[in-house]
Amino acid sequence: MTETFYEVLRRQGITRRSFMKFCSLTATSLGLGSAAAPTIAHALETKPRTPVLWLHGLECTCCSESFIRSAHPLTKDVVLSMLSLDYDDTLMAAAGHQAEAILDEVKKKYKGNYIVAVEGNPPLNEDGMFCIQGGRPFVEKLRETCADAKAIISWGACASYGCVQAAKPNPTRATPVQKVITGKPIINVPGCPPIAEVMTGVVTYMLTFDRIPELDRQGRPKMFYGQRIHDKCYRRGHFDAGQFAEAWDDEGSRKGYCLYKMGCKGPTTYNACSSMRWNGGVSWPVQSGHGCIGCSEEGFWDKGSFYDRVTDIKAFGVEANADTVGKAAAGTVGAAIAAHAAVTALARARQKAGETDEQKGEK
Amino acid sequence: MLSQQDMLEAERHGKQVRSIYVYEAPVRLWHWINALAMVTLAVTGYFIGKPLPTMPGEASDNFLLGYIRFAHFAAAYIFAIGLLGRIYWAFVGNHHAKQIFKLPITNAQWWSEVFFELRWYLFLEKTPKKYVGHNPMAQLMMFFFFTVLAVGMVFTGFALYSEGAGLGSWQDSLFGWVIPALGGSMQVHNLHRLGMWIMMTFALVHVYAAIREDIMSRQSLISTMISGWRMFKD
Repeated sequence: MTETFYEVLRRQGITRRSFMKFCSLTATSLGLGSAAAPTIAHALETKPRTPVLWLHGLECTCCSESFIRSAHPLTKDVVLSMLSLDYDDTLMAAAGHQAEAILDEVKKKYKGNYIVAVEGNPPLNEDGMFCIQGGRPFVEKLRETCADAKAIISWGACASYGCVQAAKPNPTRATPVQKVITGKPIINVPGCPPIAEVMTGVVTYMLTFDRIPELDRQGRPKMFYGQRIHDKCYRRGHFDAGQFAEAWDDEGSRKGYCLYKMGCKGPTTYNACSSMRWNGGVSWPVQSGHGCIGCSEEGFWDKGSFYDRVTDIKAFGVEANADTVGKAAAGTVGAAIAAHAAVTALARARQKAGETDEQKGEK
Repeated sequence: MLSQQDMLEAERHGKQVRSIYVYEAPVRLWHWINALAMVTLAVTGYFIGKPLPTMPGEASDNFLLGYIRFAHFAAAYIFAIGLLGRIYWAFVGNHHAKQIFKLPITNAQWWSEVFFELRWYLFLEKTPKKYVGHNPMAQLMMFFFFTVLAVGMVFTGFALYSEGAGLGSWQDSLFGWVIPALGGSMQVHNLHRLGMWIMMTFALVHVYAAIREDIMSRQSLISTMISGWRMFKD
């Protein structure tokens, strides 16, 4: 019989007291309230452990870096204990063929009952030759591993949307997981990287409740991506008041005014930074005085400058922002109208003169 | 189709009366309310994207951008509900009320008159034609630069509003899909702003053409939108 989560945790040397603390913390961070803590504990004690396989495609490992820095040490220990037992080529002790063998083993033993977490994405150009693992293109490994998975978690902007390697012109044709794998439930957890607690929260939710969290239209868990940075920003008051930093070193900047005019992407970015913050709640981009760059939004590298609010629209090989286009159009049309009016007046005057001549002639 | 109908109508009244009732009261009322809403939306929208210089004092003493956004959203509701009302009136109103919603694109006569109007505006025709409703060129422009664009602005606008209203709000249920469909929130913001510029540019042309035709084609245009009656000077 396969072990339960609880048994695994106890074997890892985690005390029951710590385990119960973890359950309460998770219940709270998932917004379920303290009453859900015993449910979580019960589930973890009785359910057979669901293995998680963590794959790495084209990526920078920032998702893993974020994940292992999860604020609460308990969360990190618990979730890492769950994960490292199976497969994560960055974190696991095994290497080479020994490591790859685990993938096959889990695939067979837990057919249709394991979770694949993907960090990074597969490049598709040149038959996937831009990312080779164990002598094979990553895209093949991804397809094979996902074929028997119960669900797939796309970690970060890379796996969810493509991120920097998929930015124009995308030479390797790096492609987000959701466009390569079909027919499986995929949970997008975007961000570059995502917040550690968001990552552990999503994993724990799935392992505990044996179902995927409620997702929005873009496949993101609603509990963490349901609101914009802007909606929970502590500088929002300055936004509504019309108080802005106009330069990086001006008075407004020092007073902590809204960074909207400095190009903050908070109003167009769905993430939990403004409520959960980073590094154990120490700070987050806006708090440190720099606007949000919108790293959890689709194609954020291709959406114009990080430092403009009205950014460039790329279309038909032209790049210009709405104001440039609009002012040019309104200016041109305005000038054309003036010219048209002048010609009209001239033509009319000439016609009138002609009519007067005719009238004179008649007389 | 249209112009023939117009001609019949003009013949019926024209020679004696020299004026025809074109725009019914709801259309006129909508026109001016809509114009006011559009001006409000454009001005406030401009300042939402590029806010005014920073306000002095405490945040709690100020609510400038809040008021600007309030005006924008309020005017947006008036614009959208007005558009709905106007669509309703296209069904129940007279045939002129339908003009800006459907183009007789299969009618060759209509197309030839579009080109006639184009030549008239390019000073290639000496005498203008008279129309009871919109001239075919105006109808074409009105359809694309107002009707289609206005629907686009309502969809993008409410999609952006739904971001603040939150997941599960009716704005989100009805219009939330627009954001991923157009490539993200930032893109929708930009396109919405571009739409504003196009609409304002069209407004320039619209106002100019109305004033010019009022003078040049010897029929009333501006007063028609106030009284509803089209007067013909000869």
